Formats: sequence, structure tokens, C-alpha cells
Amino acid sequence: MIQVQNLVKWYGPLLAVDDVSFDVQKGEVLGFLGPNGAGKSTTMRMITGFLPASSGTVHVENLDISEHGTQARAQIGYLPENAPAYPEMSVQAFLEFIADIHLLQGKARDKAIERVMEICHLSNIRHQTIDTLSKGYRRRTCLAQSMLADSPNLVLDEPTEGLDPNQKREVRKLIRNMAHDKAIILSTHILEEVQAICDRLIIIDQGKLICNGTPDELCRRSSDAGTVTVGVKTQDSDQIRAKLEAISGVKNVTVLTKDQETATLTLQPSASDETRFQLADAVAEKLSEENLTYNELHTSTGSLETFFQEVTVSETEQENAA
Amino acid sequence: MNRTFSNIKTIAKRELASYFNSPVAYIFLIIFLVLTAFFTFNVSAFFERNEASLSSFFTWHPWLYLVLVPAIGMRQWAEERRSGTIEMLFTLPVTAAQAIFGKFFAGWIFLGLALILTFPMVITVNYLGNPDNGVILTGYIGSFLVAGVYLAITILTSAFTRSQIVSFITSVVICLFLVLAGWPPVTRVLPPWLDSIVAKFSVMPHYQTLQRGMVDVQDLFFFVSVMAFALFATGVVLRSRRAG
Ligand SMILES: Nc1ncnc2c1ncn2[C@@H]1O[C@H](COP(=O)(O)OP(=O)(O)O)[C@@H](O)[C@H]1O
Ligand SMILES: [Mg+2]
Repeated sequence: MIQVQNLVKWYGPLLAVDDVSFDVQKGEVLGFLGPNGAGKSTTMRMITGFLPASSGTVHVENLDISEHGTQARAQIGYLPENAPAYPEMSVQAFLEFIADIHLLQGKARDKAIERVMEICHLSNIRHQTIDTLSKGYRRRTCLAQSMLADSPNLVLDEPTEGLDPNQKREVRKLIRNMAHDKAIILSTHILEEVQAICDRLIIIDQGKLICNGTPDELCRRSSDAGTVTVGVKTQDSDQIRAKLEAISGVKNVTVLTKDQETATLTLQPSASDETRFQLADAVAEKLSEENLTYNELHTSTGSLETFFQEVTVSETEQENAA
Repeated sequence: MNRTFSNIKTIAKRELASYFNSPVAYIFLIIFLVLTAFFTFNVSAFFERNEASLSSFFTWHPWLYLVLVPAIGMRQWAEERRSGTIEMLFTLPVTAAQAIFGKFFAGWIFLGLALILTFPMVITVNYLGNPDNGVILTGYIGSFLVAGVYLAITILTSAFTRSQIVSFITSVVICLFLVLAGWPPVTRVLPPWLDSIVAKFSVMPHYQTLQRGMVDVQDLFFFVSVMAFALFATGVVLRSRRAG
């Protein structure tokens, strides 16, 4: 379990992390999402005790990282950004070094090394030196390092960065499989990744925590959540549009596609609360009143992508503002 | 306590292995052995002197170490910083002090090994005459301590920077000061009041007592305290500038 309270980090005059609080429980994968430079890595460096916080506290398994550093760090496996590892060492020697630091001995040491070699698929390159490894293998070697002591907490800074699509899927599966008895924090800027593996999600932008919720919850908060798409059998799309616009609770209607027989339209709800998800019912009612047949009717649950765009400031916007 | 010892050993072992995994170690050993032989036999004219001692051998050590020890120590923290492994190291259950000592001992053991490889010198003088082997032993101890002082200083400079070259140059300059501050050709031209202050920092007087076969607690204290100070300062530097 990791608890972060009012964490602040100044780099000289730059406020990189601004009053961030959250916690991660055992059995949970927390996604840490944000544009580049948002402060994800800085936050992770404070959680793992690499950087001292300007103010605020981090507790790992109820141990304050600034007071009980060594004990607290023994409870965290950490994959730093860019997966650093000693280039002149072989994969095997590197993992042996990590095992020795964790005071593993004899059979337990061999078993721990074999276990991570197997789950990270490193067995066949164990004697290769790290500077000759491809990016994917190198990241997996460093990931293996973070998992070696089987710590109850994992902090992974962009674990899938630089991997090919198959490797990405592998690593996601691996993280998902470990999740049941660990507290895991992973940072990413890939939205599909979050939906694939995270139970909960935090978005941070310019050092500030913007929101904290399940991926579904956050999707429902995007502006396209509740939008209804309907395909109606008609030749006159404009007429249908007028009719649909007349439904109460509809803000506007746009025709997406039309051909000889059908028109596909989207309806934007005017409500912003939970009632907007009921718009489809009103549409179905209206269409049957009008004796129109429709072949498609569904309500969008929103997309993380839209939500992310809406709550974060893009780099070009920042530049324009500056 | 157990954990402290184990961690220092683990880190020293890794560091030492990394010396031998790169050509640096072998190049260093060859250059060191060739240069000590060259200076002893050719420059100091060992054979013409007709003395059964290694003084002409030891005289050159503080000068040879001036470039060779920084070459061994410069990478210790600069490389950890440059490659980012410092972030991994310091987020493991290891304290900065354990890491610093571990790396220092690795370097010092390596330098000790280089000294041990000069044993043909000892055999040669014993074969040619009847040297005082006690003086040879204190000579070796003095040489080893000077190497340790240079190493600790290089480690301190290497904690400041990501660049091995910057670390190398800075430590050569500082070590050169430690030598010159007590070297007669320099101290002779200094006014006496300045000389007495500057000479306090020099390794030379302490080294020379050991070369004469005398073991004085004051000399040992000097070497150990300079090493301790430099390593302590390394800890302060690393703690305050971990990320940069
Ligand atoms: N060591 C450092 N010194 C000064 N500024 C830094 C340092 N590390 C990061 N920053 C700045 O802090 C901000 C947050 O960076 P970072 O935490 O790396 O973001 P992210 O991981 O979300 O991309 C950025 O503006 C970055 O330039
Ligand atoms: Mg980052």
C-alpha cells in the first residue's frame, strides 16, 4: 500500500509537482496518466525515495519514506524511466547483484532469478551484456529487476515505452497477472493501455492532480458521453433531423452519413448530469411514434481520449499562451 | 549491521567486476607496471645506485598515481549519473554510505592489486642484496595510503558531475596540490609562514616518513582523515544533487 499526501516538488523556481495526494491499495493497478512534463516521473521519484519532496509525505506499507528509507524502499520494486541498468554486466550478473542487495541467498536467490527470467522471457539472453540488448529486452531486464524481490508494491515508469506491439501486450498481461496481491502504480501516456490494465486512473497535468477515478467513470465525464447515434431508414435526412431536434433534452443533431435508404445521425444531449444517458429511450419512443424504422441505436459511454484532451493543456496551447 | 556489511560487499563486488569487464583495468595494470619499471630502472638508475632498497621505486608513486588513480576513480559516480543507474541504485534498499564505501573499497582493492603485482621488485632487491624488508613493507603501506587518498578525492569529484573527464581533470589538479604543497622544490620558494600552512595539506611529508620505515600514528591519522572527509563529502554531494 502506498499513500501520498500533499506532495510538492520544486526544481528551483519550477513547480513540477503541486500538492498531489492519492493512495493505492493492494490488489489495485493505478494508472498515472499525463502529457509529457506533467510531473509523473518526478512524483514516482519521490514515492520511491530517490528525490526528497519539497513538502508532503509518502508512506509505503505505513513507513514514511523520508524517515525509514531503507525499510520502505525494500517494500517497493521500481522501474525507473528509460530503464537504467549497468551496461557492462550480463543480464544474469545484473539480476544476481539485485538479488544480493535484497539479501536473497542460496536456493531462494536462484529461484527468484529464474522466476523473473521466465516471466520476462530473458532466459535465452541471460549471458548477453546489457549494452548489446535491444530496447525491449533491456526494459524487460529492468522490469525483472523491479520484480525480483517480489515486493508488495510496484512503481513502473512507462513500462511499455519502446516495446513493439506484441511485447506491449505481453507486459500488460504480466502486470495484470501480478495485480491481485500487489499495489501497482504505472505511468503512461497511452490511453488504451490504461483501459486495458488499470483499475483506477489519475490524470496529472502541469504538476496538478486533475482527476482520480475508474476508467469508466472518467469516460462518462467526457463531453461525448451520452451522445446517441441512430441509423434511420429514410430518404429525407433533413426532415428526420428536425424531428429529432424537437425531442426535449437534445442539444443538437448532426447527420453523419446518408445514402439512398438510411441516414446516420448523432444527437448531443443538453443535460450534463446522469440523465443524459437516458436520451436513447426518448429517441426510440419518438421514432416509433413517427413509425420510422431504425437499424442502429446506441449511446456512447464516452472516450478517455476526449476526456483527456478536455482536461489537459496541450503543448501547443501552452506555447500559444506563452 | 549484517545488512550494512552485506551491502558494502555486494556493491564492492559489482564495482570490481565492472573494472575487469572493461579494458580499463588491464590497460591500467599494464601502464602502471611499465611506468614503475621505467622510472625505477631508467630514470632513477636503480642498478647504478648499488643500494639494496626500493626507495627509487617508491619515490615515483605519488607522481604516477596522479594520473592513474583519477583514471580509475573518475567513472564511479559520474557514470552512475550519466547512465541513470544512480536512480536504480538509490531506490534499492541500500544507503548512500554503503554504496560509497562499497565503491571506494572496490577501487582501493584494485589499486592494492596493482601494487601486489610489483612484487618482482621485492624479489629483485632481495636477490641482489640485503634490503630492510620492514622499510619495504612500510613503503608499500605508504604507497597504498596515498593511492587511497587520491581515490577518495577522485570519488568526490566524480560525485559532482556526469562527465568523467571533468572528474578526472579536477581530481588531478587537487591531487597535484596535495603533492606539491609538501614537495621541497616548491616549499623552498614559499615564505615560511605560508609553507607551514600549505604543508599541512600535503601527502608528501607523511609519505616520506613511511618511506624511511617509520610508522607514526599522526601520519596514519592524516591519510585516514583525508579519505574519511572526502567520502563523507561525497555523501553530502550525492544526497543534495541526486537528480541533476
Ligand atoms: N532534474 C530536474 N531538474 C529540473 N527540472 C526537472 C528535472 N526533472 C524534471 N524536471 C522538470 O519537471 C517537469 C516534470 O517532469 P517529469 O516529472 O519528468 O514529467 P513526466 O514524467 O510527466 O513527463 C518538467 O517540466 C521537467 O522539465
Ligand atoms: Mg516521465
